[in-house]
This record gives sequence, C-alpha cells and structure tokens, in this order.
Amino acid sequence: MEAALGLMRRIPPKHTEAALSALVSLLPSYSSDLLSQVDQPLQVLCDVDSAKEFILCDYNRDADSYRSPWSNKYHPPLEGGLYPSPELRTLEIEANEVFSVYRDQYYEGGTSSVYLWEDDEKEGFLACFLIKKDGSKYAHGVRGYLNEGGWDAIHLIEVGPEVEGMADYCLTSTVMLSMTTDHENSGTFSLSGSIRRQMKAELSVADGHLANMGKLIEEIEGKLRYSLDQVYFGKTKEMIWTLRPPTELPSTRLLP
Amino acid sequence: MADEEEHQETELSDNQKIDIAKWFLLNSPPGEIQYVAKDLRSVLRDDNAYQMAASEAFPFYNKTHIISLQFPDRSGDVLVSSFSEISEDEYLDPRTAQVGKIDHVKQICTDIRPAKDEELPTPYIEEYRCALDAEVCKYVAEAYPKATRLSPQNFCNGSWRSIWNIEFMDELQTVEVRGKMQVGAHYFEEGNVQLEAQHECKDSTMFQSPDDSSFSLANIIRHHETEYMSSLETSYSNLPDSTFKDLRRKLPVTRTLFPWHNTMQFSLTRDITKELGIEK
Repeated sequence: MEAALGLMRRIPPKHTEAALSALVSLLPSYSSDLLSQVDQPLQVLCDVDSAKEFILCDYNRDADSYRSPWSNKYHPPLEGGLYPSPELRTLEIEANEVFSVYRDQYYEGGTSSVYLWEDDEKEGFLACFLIKKDGSKYAHGVRGYLNEGGWDAIHLIEVGPEVEGMADYCLTSTVMLSMTTDHENSGTFSLSGSIRRQMKAELSVADGHLANMGKLIEEIEGKLRYSLDQVYFGKTKEMIWTLRPPTELPSTRLLP
Repeated sequence: MADEEEHQETELSDNQKIDIAKWFLLNSPPGEIQYVAKDLRSVLRDDNAYQMAASEAFPFYNKTHIISLQFPDRSGDVLVSSFSEISEDEYLDPRTAQVGKIDHVKQICTDIRPAKDEELPTPYIEEYRCALDAEVCKYVAEAYPKATRLSPQNFCNGSWRSIWNIEFMDELQTVEVRGKMQVGAHYFEEGNVQLEAQHECKDSTMFQSPDDSSFSLANIIRHHETEYMSSLETSYSNLPDSTFKDLRRKLPVTRTLFPWHNTMQFSLTRDITKELGIEK
C-alpha cells in the first residue's frame, strides 16, 4: 500500500486515473483503500429533470446510480436508494443554492454539488462540497488563456454534534488542477498537480452550519490556491532556474 | 460495488502485468525511474514480469531522457540517445572516440572500447563535428552550472533536454538548424506538482569553414535557448494574475469575501427571478 501511494506521488498528475485503475487491478484486495486515499478527477452527469449538471462521487453513489442534488433523484433510477433525512435534505438544498453563487463568484463558471448524509457512528453529519471547472478557452475560461485547464476541488467536512451551542468541524480538502498554454513563439507550457490539506475548527452553531462550513471552505481554497501558486509552481521554477540560470542575450542589440 | 469487484477478481495475465509495469516505468518523471522501479516491484510482486518490463522500458526511457553516464575509468561521459546508439547497449562518445557498454536497468556504463573506424565519421565530417563540439562545450560550460544535481531528498527533480539537428546542405551552401527543448520539473512534498514544457524552433546560417560555421551555430543555439528561458519566465509571471485566474480567482468578482452571514439574499433573489420568469 505504501509503495502504491509512493507511485501515485511520482506519476504525472494528468495520468492519475490510469495509474489508479492499474494499481487497483494489480492489488484488488486494496482497491477500497486505494480508491478512498487517492482522489480522482471528478465526473459530471446531467440531471434531466432540472436540466442541470451534477458531480459524481462516492458520497452520492448507491450501487451504480448517483443521486442528483437538484432533483434528489438517482441516475439511473434506483429502487430503495439511500436518501438524507428531511432536515438534512432541506439544508442540502440551501447549501447547493448558496454554493452555486459562491462558485460563480470565484470561478466564473463550472459546476458544483453539495451532498449531506448522516454520520452513523457519531451524532453529527457529513458534507461533501464539490467543484469542477473547465477553464480552457473552449469551455469556461473567460479570458481565453488556456488551451487546456481543469480545477477539481473536493471538500469533505465532518460536523460533530452540537454541545453547548458549539460544534466541531473537520475539513479535508483536495485540489487537482492542470493547465496548458500553447503559443507559437514559446511552445507548450503545462503545469499539473494535486495537493490535500486538513483544517479543524470549533464554531458556534448560532451562525448556522452552512455559514460555518462555507467560511472554512473559502479559507482553505484560498490557502490551497496560494500554496499551489507560490510554493509548488515556485519550486518547479526554482528547479529549472538551477538547471539553467537565465542569462542575458549577448549584446547584439547594442550594435548599430 | 466494491464488494462485487472483489468477488469477480481475476488474475491478470502475465502480459497485462508487464504492460502495466512498462507504463509506470515509462511515465517516471525525469531522474526518478529507479524510485518508481523500487515501488513498482513491491506492488507487482512478480519478479519475472518486472524483469521483462524493465528490460524493455529502461532502454527506451534512458534514450528519450538522454541520460549521461560516466565511463568506468572516469575518462569521460557517454550520452545514451538514439543518435549515439551503436547497438541497444553500446553508445558512441565521438569526443573520445570510445564506445561505452551500458547496463540500462542499473543505469551505469560497465565497459569501454575504442570505436571502430566504421563507427566514426569521415575526417571531413569529423573536422566540422570537432569544431562544433568545442564551441558548444564552451557555451554549455557558461550556460549550465556543472553540478546539475537532482535532489530527491528535497522532494524536487528536474531536467533540461535540448536536441539540435543541424543539416549541412552542400548544394545550397546553407546550414539548416532545428531545435527542440524539453523542460520538466517535479515537486512532491505533501503533494505532486509537475511542469512539462517544450518548444521547437528553426534557424539557418551560411555554410562556411568548420570554425566559422561552428561559431555561428553555437551563437544560434545560445540565442534560441536564452530566448526560450525568457519565455518560460514570462509564462511563470503570467500565472498568478492571468492564467491561473481562468481556473479560480483570488477574490470573488465582487472583490470582497463571500457573504456567508447573509446568504438568504441568494435564495430570495432566486425566488423572485423564478416568479418573474426571468431565470437564466
């Protein structure tokens, strides 16, 4: 298992799906461990009833069907599928609406889905907030810089039971991204990667679960974006600058 | 679903295992194939399949990544590439006119022998090669620091490869130059982020004496590689505010943090737009 995760840290992020399915076929007895520890690029389906796209993940899956957060129906239809309790469903509907607005403000496009379900072991509940954005100039890249570009974010939140007006929130977030630019005079330039971080907080329930979860997500997304941009991309640049330090072109420009 | 899959579990055929193993080896980031090989062996748990895959994948990887190996007597280095290939495990170093015998999987040069006459260029061509080699060596020494070390302990790896194809056209009295630069970097401390960049370019110069041709060819290479460096600089500096912004903005379009304390407005506006039938 450790070796399998070691391989996943080295294989180019754009090949994550292929590498994971190869590992699952080599190590079938570890398949559920692998699938839960390695995040894969998100897939979407169209909810025919509401004519909206929704994101697929393990948390809205039952057998081979996926529940849409918009119509609350399984695709393809499923007899006796699992549903959140009416109270959680009410919060889920609100979370999906508000999170769409959040997503539009930060991503200027893309798709988002929120799923809630009861925590069988503890008294609290679990929530999964998902965002998928295709930022290529052929999709939702409003500025048109990217020939290819994807951002997939997965935020899994465990919410503890309310104790004296407070609740514990534990957030695990993964971002997977890829972006490629292609220009005639500079060639192709492609960065891809994934990082995962955790964050915990004890917050007052008076502000509402949705506001609490939302603030945590907004904070961690900002941090993830910052460290990808400043730390991770910066390290790759540092590496290349060590290999070949930039030099000035010889002074041909100075000649008359 | 996971349970069903486990019941249906069928053994992979040897060929499937070999194919998977080759795929992992060939997709190793620059300088990391040995680490991938080590993890792969323990995942595969089948040494025959591993050996088969390694014997096919390593030579291909070594040639594509143009690895440089030191002669056993440290008298020089040999580049493993399709251009210097004499046989699958023998590569020519034209500078010392020696042939290195390579162990692809261990990535070492095990033996050297003097090159045979038929393995070397004719004296006429050698005169150009030698002059060009001297000029390019000068350029490489000034542009690339000697110790290009890989530092896996710092969770960082990278490689720069340039291939310059130079065609001397007798009849036209010109020299055509085609360059291909490939750059890769990998940073994997608590994550896995990789850069892949490449660029191709063309140029030409006059067919002159060996010394004059070499001088202008080295200048052409210096010029294009320096220009490519500055275009990489531009790509990096465009990231935060333009390129990356098409994936996710730093701040919302409203330029203030999201109003989580007051989200009722969104549900209300939605209800109104629905009632008025002006929903998008």
